[in-house]
Amino acid sequence: MKKMIKLKINGENKEYQDELTIQQLLQSLNLEPDRVVVELNREILSLQIHDKTKLKSGDTIELVQFVGGG
Amino acid sequence: MERPLEPDPVDTGVGKRQKTPIFSIGSRLQAVFLLFTNTMLIYLNEKKIEIENNIGLYSLRQRYKADADVLIVNGHPSMIDLKLNEGDHVIMIKRGEQPTPKEIESLMVARHTPVVQKQIKQGRIGIAGVGGLGSQVAVALARIGIGQLNIVDFDVVEPSNLNRQQFFIDQIGLPKVTALRDNLQRINPSLTIKSYHEKVTPNNIKDFFADIDILVEAFDDASEKAMLTNCFLKDFPQKFLVAASGIAGFETSNSIKTTKVTDHFFICGDGVTAAEPGRGLMAPRVGIVAHHQANAVLRLLLNESPE
Repeated sequence: MKKMIKLKINGENKEYQDELTIQQLLQSLNLEPDRVVVELNREILSLQIHDKTKLKSGDTIELVQFVGGG
Repeated sequence: MERPLEPDPVDTGVGKRQKTPIFSIGSRLQAVFLLFTNTMLIYLNEKKIEIENNIGLYSLRQRYKADADVLIVNGHPSMIDLKLNEGDHVIMIKRGEQPTPKEIESLMVARHTPVVQKQIKQGRIGIAGVGGLGSQVAVALARIGIGQLNIVDFDVVEPSNLNRQQFFIDQIGLPKVTALRDNLQRINPSLTIKSYHEKVTPNNIKDFFADIDILVEAFDDASEKAMLTNCFLKDFPQKFLVAASGIAGFETSNSIKTTKVTDHFFICGDGVTAAEPGRGLMAPRVGIVAHHQANAVLRLLLNESPE
């Protein structure tokens, strides 16, 4: 059964129709996982557990995608 | 504003050094006191001294630094003798003579104020990558008298780096950390530098950055930037990270910002302008972002929010 989840992403409220993982969230936003820093509820989330981490209503997420140049 | 005088007749060239006492009472009291005396306060090489009214520049040189060959009064080099006035700033330089680390320190204290300089001096900063961003951040922090820099980079200086990086043409082929260490020591000999000619990986981050307070992310590759940020913030949740993203090309300067991501993580740049064929990295815009990073570090050291 599908349930709606409410997330706060980079300060903005977003609603998703179904449960999803961090990996699926990044995919839906067209972000490249190995260039992204994900903070979930104020904790840094390692790349290795993006696919195992399910989001739930009320989660707060900060996403930063780096671009090259230094 | 020039006040020429006849050349000082007692300019014998013999160093008769005689120090006037410096009163340690507050400057207002001092000013009131001076109303009843025939002395005035001036600044000689940034130090306040009390001296008789209307002394000439050459007499002052004779007394304090007879071998000085460059005399600067209130910011202007002077080729002639002048009558000095209350509050004048006089700098005396002997060409080729280097100030001691202690003198450099006291010049910085005079410029930055003692409280600020103490906090800068206590700063221990890591710089991951010393290319366009990292070499410029390092130079800015060395100039303001930072205490310690830990610099890490696996690369060597290449000719193509010189359009934006703080290296010289005679340093091509040297490891960047070696070349930068040499350059930083020429700017600030009191700076403690720990340099590592190595590649940063998730497993060795702690080897380089355990003893610093703030890390500057200054890598080139986007996934390396993300790797460093992820690992550092996880390994050291109490330390600060100042990263950069979006620095290429010659787009407007005004799209470059310092943004707070979390309480311990700040990012400088426009966020979108990647380096790619046809849009290279150039000194002006890379320098703007590097100096955003350096100023973010300075603000953190002074307990101000960088954004």
